[in-house]
Amino acid sequence: MKSHVIVFPGSNCDRDVAVAIKNISGSTPDMVWHKNTSIQESDLIVVPGGFSYGDYLRCGAIASTSPVINEVINKAKAGVPVIGICNGFQILIETSLLDGALIRNKTLSFICKDVYIKPENSSSIFTEYNSVAKMPIAHNEGNYFASDDTLKKIKDHDQIAFKYCDADGLVNEESNPNGSLDNIAGILNDRKNVLGLMPHPERAAEITLGSDQGKNIFEGVLR
Amino acid sequence: MDWSYNIEKSLVESHGLKIDEFDSIVQGLGREPNLTELGIFSAMWNEHCSYKSSKYWLKKLPTSGDRVVQGPGENAGVIDIDDGDVAVFKMESHNHPSYIEPYQGAATGVGGILRDVFTMGARPIANLNALRFGDSTHPKTKHLLTGVVEGIGGYGNCIGIPTVGGEVNFHSSYNGNILVNAMTVGIAKKDKIFYSAAAGIGNPVVYVGSKTGRDGIHGATMASAEFDDDSEDKKPTVQVGDPFTEKLLLEACLELMKEKAIIAIQDMGAAGLTSSSIEMASKGNVGLEIDLTKVPMRASNMTAYELMLSESQERMLMVLEPGKEDMARNIFKKWDLEFEIIGRVTDTKNLVLNMHGKEEACIPINILVEDAPEYQREYTVRDPAAEYHLDKASLNNKTIIDDLVKMISHPNLCSRRWIWEQYDHMVMTDTLVRPGSDAAVVRVHGTNKAIALSTDCSPTYCKHNSFEGGKHAVVETWRNLIASGAEPIAITDCMNFGNPEKPEIMGEFVECIRGMTEACSVLSYPVVSGNVSLYNETNGEGIYPTPAIGGVGLIKDIKKIKTLALKELNSKIYTIGKNEGHIGNTQFLSIILNKEIGSTPTINLSEELKNGRFILELVNQDLILSSHDIGEGGLLVAVAEMAMSGEIGASINTNDHTYFFSEDQSRYLIEVSPNNEGKINQMALDSNIAIELIGETIKDDLIITDIGQISVQNLKLKSESWFPNFTK
Repeated sequence: MKSHVIVFPGSNCDRDVAVAIKNISGSTPDMVWHKNTSIQESDLIVVPGGFSYGDYLRCGAIASTSPVINEVINKAKAGVPVIGICNGFQILIETSLLDGALIRNKTLSFICKDVYIKPENSSSIFTEYNSVAKMPIAHNEGNYFASDDTLKKIKDHDQIAFKYCDADGLVNEESNPNGSLDNIAGILNDRKNVLGLMPHPERAAEITLGSDQGKNIFEGVLR
Repeated sequence: MDWSYNIEKSLVESHGLKIDEFDSIVQGLGREPNLTELGIFSAMWNEHCSYKSSKYWLKKLPTSGDRVVQGPGENAGVIDIDDGDVAVFKMESHNHPSYIEPYQGAATGVGGILRDVFTMGARPIANLNALRFGDSTHPKTKHLLTGVVEGIGGYGNCIGIPTVGGEVNFHSSYNGNILVNAMTVGIAKKDKIFYSAAAGIGNPVVYVGSKTGRDGIHGATMASAEFDDDSEDKKPTVQVGDPFTEKLLLEACLELMKEKAIIAIQDMGAAGLTSSSIEMASKGNVGLEIDLTKVPMRASNMTAYELMLSESQERMLMVLEPGKEDMARNIFKKWDLEFEIIGRVTDTKNLVLNMHGKEEACIPINILVEDAPEYQREYTVRDPAAEYHLDKASLNNKTIIDDLVKMISHPNLCSRRWIWEQYDHMVMTDTLVRPGSDAAVVRVHGTNKAIALSTDCSPTYCKHNSFEGGKHAVVETWRNLIASGAEPIAITDCMNFGNPEKPEIMGEFVECIRGMTEACSVLSYPVVSGNVSLYNETNGEGIYPTPAIGGVGLIKDIKKIKTLALKELNSKIYTIGKNEGHIGNTQFLSIILNKEIGSTPTINLSEELKNGRFILELVNQDLILSSHDIGEGGLLVAVAEMAMSGEIGASINTNDHTYFFSEDQSRYLIEVSPNNEGKINQMALDSNIAIELIGETIKDDLIITDIGQISVQNLKLKSESWFPNFTK
């Protein structure tokens, strides 16, 4: 079991996700500095949350051209599981590994709170379980948007990973924290080995923190 | 008196220096200062940097204790939290800039206090704040509130340090002068603390971080003056923050601190390169020689004067071990930050500045620091406000539920969820108690212990009895820590007052200090760091005295953490402490009867200590389910807060307005499982503690026997809607 966490200048959830992976899998991930151009053999690559390169220009835009990113793309195309969380999701979208766009929250303000999400897809290694999970969001630009064509494509290819819902699993307007299209909280690539999601599973990996239901997302990969 | 100097009198005055202060500069130097030197004196001798009006009184505060590793005088205070760990913390004001430009003012306030903490070798783990705004009906309040909250969030969220707590209130005395006080807490190893005293003649003085630009020139001088109607014109004196660069600076500094390379380090905060270099030299009793041409510059043709007075953010000054320059440079290059050797430590005890081969300044450090003015300003103490009693006949008990609803929907008592949901309060995955409880609780990473944190102050208490108000601000944090199951250890203070040249304002300051001193002494709860912000006035109107206090406590075992949320059905609710009915100067009078009248409640400190110790004993023996201090708003508001937080109802025994809304001090509410009732009552009897059964927990509703009821969901809705509606 070997995992890797990419570290950009401005990443700030890199340690958090490393701690969660260590607690779940028992092995410590390697931290990969953004200037590296190769990643060793890997069972999981995480692109963590934060404000890579200060989120200047556009969230994730500069990171998507950083030296390490080609290697992330190569590994993803070779089938290595890749998870992008929050800013990591934004980065994966900027690399075009994932479809759509993440725009400003409907409220036009940063939102940090617990939400519920439920898997919409059981064919990926990240979404094998089928229960509602509570975990926090913390973002300014998490409002998922896609053109009609793209939305149709990701639906047709079963690429919606998670939707925001209420505690009982009901997907409705009230449980959508940021205005995301169709309550989409996370999506997959066509091959289902790349996941991007706005909620932070690493912040919900320990009951002391309020929820350990975020572990589910890693467990399929890490066991 | 005639002006006998060559330098223009108006130039001296525009630098905020009084004539007699200028006289002593000339006397100290043996000549008139040049413009750069004048700027340096102005920056060092303003109120913000020199504490000239407050120093004499600050010395009276208790600053030592068993756990105090470093008291006031360094970048931040340091306390021992066992196992070789220390907590490093401080609170600082950024009031004036935040009024002029709320987003950047608040953001750079956070940035500045973060640097104070990581300068000492600590990784910041929590941010808090204490905010005051004008009346909610004032046309500027909404703009200032939204800007400040966004600025605090913008900086803290980006750098990735959770903002876990704070306090906010609204009062017309802040209409023209809001208060933004930011606090940071960090964790370090006791044997790895970094200080600012320069040492080692010939050692390199190194500049790291961002380039220097023209922003924030004279910020500290601006912050030491009153406002008038043209204050908006001072925008160029506000600094612009870049949390991304600060994140890089934080990581680079902590990386270098792992090596044995840094002899001294000081962040460039107020008065930038001037105060950082002078402080390092003064603490180390050495001189510094700096070549200003080497300073990384953002703008072209910057003068010595501008370089010394710029308050560009995200910069540090260090003295390195000789031979470690290249290793250190590589670390800062890795993080894409500036790294320049700009000078040397000398034995001259002078600050010497050169630029393009020309000497721009030469000032003996001791004139700048030891000979800085210190005033014992005149003061008068107002008589405290008189007692006030409710005309009970005029109040009908049947209005108690309605009054409660009005109180918990009022900006000063309602839920702050709208604010803290804009702050990332969970990053670093150690926030165990989130905002909204009595204190925030943050785990020490990788351990089973935690620190509890609370900021508090009641300006109306301070206004109408500064001595009791000063006591109260300290005690309120203490009580919040106790209610969270923490052993209170020490505080940081942020003293916000009006113009100290007015005897009445100075009297408020003196009395607040006296009250704080007494509380800190009795509770063994010393001050380890702090900051003073004076001249918080607009058009001659001073703010209410606001000594904001940040308290830090230790929870040795995270299993012992208590929150205010009701936990179970059919448990009993008790008050601890005497319910005596003090109604003067309460939120009830202010919100319901629209009267700011009556005496500030007094605190019996030995009672306070006894009740607090009792709560901690109950916590240690695992005898209570939840606990909450009874603060502003009184008993019923506190019960409602517990119910809303736990989403569990309560049935409360009937009583009157005075009982439910008085603000008697030293009180707590506890939720107790019925099988522990006997034991707790016996313990209270044995320790002579006032205890009273007031009700029990039930489903869904808050009921007052024979008076009325309301659903907890409805209460919550009311409490949480004020901020979103106001800021829409």
